[in-house]
Amino acid sequence: MKILVCITHVPDTTSKIQFTANNTKFDTAGVQFIIGPYDDYALARAVELRDQTGGTLTAINVGEVETEPTLRKSLAIGADDAIRVNSFPKDSFFVAKQIAHYAKEGGYDLILMGRESIDFNGGMVHGMVGELLGMPSFSPVMKLEVEGTTVKMAREIEGGKEMLEAKLPLIAGCQEPIAEWKIPNMRGIMSARTKPLKVVEPVTDETQAAASSYQLPPAKGSVKLIDKDNVAELVKLLKNEAKVL
Amino acid sequence: MSILVYIEHAEGKVKKTSLEAVSFANKLTAQTGEGDVIAVALGTVDSAELASVGKAGAAKVLHADDSRLTDGVIQAHASAVAQAFTAIGTKTLVLAKSSLGDAVAARLAIKLNAGLVSNVVELPNTSNGYVVKRSIYTGKAFAETTITTDNKILAVKKNAVDLKTDGGDATVEKLSVNLSDSDFASKIITTERATGEILLPEADIVVSGGRGLKGPENWGMIEDLAKTLGAATGCSKPVSDIGWRPHHEHVGQTGVKVAPTLYVAVGISGAIQHLAGVNSSKCIVVINKDPEAPFFKAADYGIVGDAFEVIPKLTEALKAEL
Repeated sequence: MKILVCITHVPDTTSKIQFTANNTKFDTAGVQFIIGPYDDYALARAVELRDQTGGTLTAINVGEVETEPTLRKSLAIGADDAIRVNSFPKDSFFVAKQIAHYAKEGGYDLILMGRESIDFNGGMVHGMVGELLGMPSFSPVMKLEVEGTTVKMAREIEGGKEMLEAKLPLIAGCQEPIAEWKIPNMRGIMSARTKPLKVVEPVTDETQAAASSYQLPPAKGSVKLIDKDNVAELVKLLKNEAKVL
Repeated sequence: MSILVYIEHAEGKVKKTSLEAVSFANKLTAQTGEGDVIAVALGTVDSAELASVGKAGAAKVLHADDSRLTDGVIQAHASAVAQAFTAIGTKTLVLAKSSLGDAVAARLAIKLNAGLVSNVVELPNTSNGYVVKRSIYTGKAFAETTITTDNKILAVKKNAVDLKTDGGDATVEKLSVNLSDSDFASKIITTERATGEILLPEADIVVSGGRGLKGPENWGMIEDLAKTLGAATGCSKPVSDIGWRPHHEHVGQTGVKVAPTLYVAVGISGAIQHLAGVNSSKCIVVINKDPEAPFFKAADYGIVGDAFEVIPKLTEALKAEL
């Protein structure tokens, strides 16, 4: 089985979010970048499936040169080779077009990625790639088993889940508890240095809904503390001041 | 020009988040001064229930009454909504952000060659282009996004607009859609859904517990408080990781993101990953015995005290007041 896993390069979940250049650019100063947490689940499951069924696992990222350490980390975790589409990921449509092109070229049976990136939270790329390639797409997938050409999945819905069956090839946006995150070992880190990482150019420049400027939410006022022996006061405030009851 | 709204239903009821999407579209037609809101509903659901979508501002509901569509088969729903979009000759589709909505909207973006923006928090600004404000970085920031295509899809975040409830009944019209076997190539075998409970992602009030509660046997008081408030219950990541509560109750960066009007956090310290899941709440109440808990910095109201003392008292006080 040929598996493709799509990796985002995103700020660590504890990062302070700030913008520069008159609020048109994300401020990367002091920010640690990681594999998107949801992509990390997809990658972990992809490694397990590759090990179970044989075949190959390719990681792909749409990003400029600074994303390479993140892509190398996916090689250290277990991907066999990697593709970097050399461009800033301008919007979901742009990213989906690049992935669809290289996915088609590679003839993958299974394409996994996170349910969403944790920077833009769109959660759209898997569905777009699915429609572009004429493959079914599923998200958010919390369990995925492959038996021959049949794929059994659990997809999270509001307040529960649905159990699904579909045929390869397909695309899934993944989330926990599909697999446990894998931490690269020393052998993985050493071998990642020499695994192939191919840099390719974007196949189109087309965008449909790119961000033009950013804002931070207004600063939160300070908390109003209520004495623990006077909880009735809290009820009054919620009712009359906050008007949320 | 009319606006199409894709509405979802579960257990015979149109989802409240879908009604919010209808309210959003209604405000959008008022802003542009033209057209009606036309909703599209798929699968088996009562006509009277669909007519009531008028209260939220829909003039008409197109109903593809095909029982195969009652379950949310993603490919089939995308095909059916695309046909409704073309049939009424609109350029704008609005829907509520949801598990199914997101999956369907992404495919529709390609089918309809429509610029898609998710997590929309305000009506678009059309004074210079078509600029949509969306929530990004899990609620920690916003982006102004310009849609450059003729066709547009807006996936609206909860609480983007107030729910409209004063409209009249909508007319319900049957919609026939052509669906192929390939639309149903994937099969939903079973669906498990908590019934009779208020669903966490859609709740107006959420009460969450953390490790401060010391064990799953102490959740009774959280449930009592939630019941009194008509709230859904949630929990922090450590609590679901150690199995005190089910995974679908995990609120946070990698769990459910909630946007209720009132969020009550009990015994949760307020790690940044938890805050990411709740920062769209209108009002946050934090109850924690540690006055240094970081959650207090993100709260509107706080009580420094032992949950085991405060929560039963708070529940009693609420019962007396509500």
